[in-house]
Amino acid sequence: MSTQFAVRQEIATVVTNGSGAAAILSAGIGSFAVAVFGIAADKSALVKNLFVFYKPTGALSGETTVAILLWLAVWAFSDWRWRKRDVSLQRINFIALVFLGLSLFLTFPPIGDFF
Amino acid sequence: MEITTHSLWTLVHGMGFGALYLLAGTGAIALLYQRFAADGYTQASRGSDRFLGIYLTAMAALAWLTVLSGTYIIYPWYRATPPPATTNLLAYPRALLLSHPATKQWHLVGMEWKEHVAWLVPIAITMAAFLAIKYARDLRTHSQLRTALSGFVILSLLAAGIAGFFGAMLDKNAPVDGGQNIRLVHGEKE
Repeated sequence: MSTQFAVRQEIATVVTNGSGAAAILSAGIGSFAVAVFGIAADKSALVKNLFVFYKPTGALSGETTVAILLWLAVWAFSDWRWRKRDVSLQRINFIALVFLGLSLFLTFPPIGDFF
Repeated sequence: MEITTHSLWTLVHGMGFGALYLLAGTGAIALLYQRFAADGYTQASRGSDRFLGIYLTAMAALAWLTVLSGTYIIYPWYRATPPPATTNLLAYPRALLLSHPATKQWHLVGMEWKEHVAWLVPIAITMAAFLAIKYARDLRTHSQLRTALSGFVILSLLAAGIAGFFGAMLDKNAPVDGGQNIRLVHGEKE
């Protein structure tokens, strides 16, 4: 009897994967943004100047600040949309891990220089 | 025995926060393997669920401290521009590296990669810590969340390893030095 109750309680308290999916996808996008902003600042003097938020650190200050803000904004928005439901995590995991993997490659200067 | 304030900050950034992150990262992989192994959850207590969340949160704090101290305290000293006609570039690490063909690539590849790749670490590990805290014991019913958590921890460790390697090599070729001297040990008079 008590085992059945415990099983029912376990099933009742299983949470949706939406919040997790929002965190995963936004982390992938945030990482990718770091790489993309780095390349953009490297290729354009205008973008580079726009990213100088703190002069001693140069454009790196703006590239990372904007990427972090974008990551947090995407996280907050997707969490708001998905928190109460289950989403296809397999696809989101794939996209997020591809974004993160691409970020590792794109931040490598010889690869970034191809663009 | 003395150390300069700039050297001390470099030590705190690299040997303190950064190296500790790398150590914690290897520990995290062992911990995740143990937890997510086939029988890991049947043996694990709720206390160990909480421990995983606290452990990854501590790693996230270390990652943020590493990138923020690196970007806003040490990097400005590294990239400081020497005044015109300066011949001794020891106080200007970037200019020193760029002044010699044999060391130029340490900046152009090493530092350029390090300064960006390091920022992937706090993003990835903050997400992993969030999953561990938010889902805790429910991770056992979400295999895809476990996959993402493990994948991001491993890739964060890879990114931290790249940043750490280049940080060590850059400091070896052109150390960030300067500021006030701090006397650590008073020597005896000879």
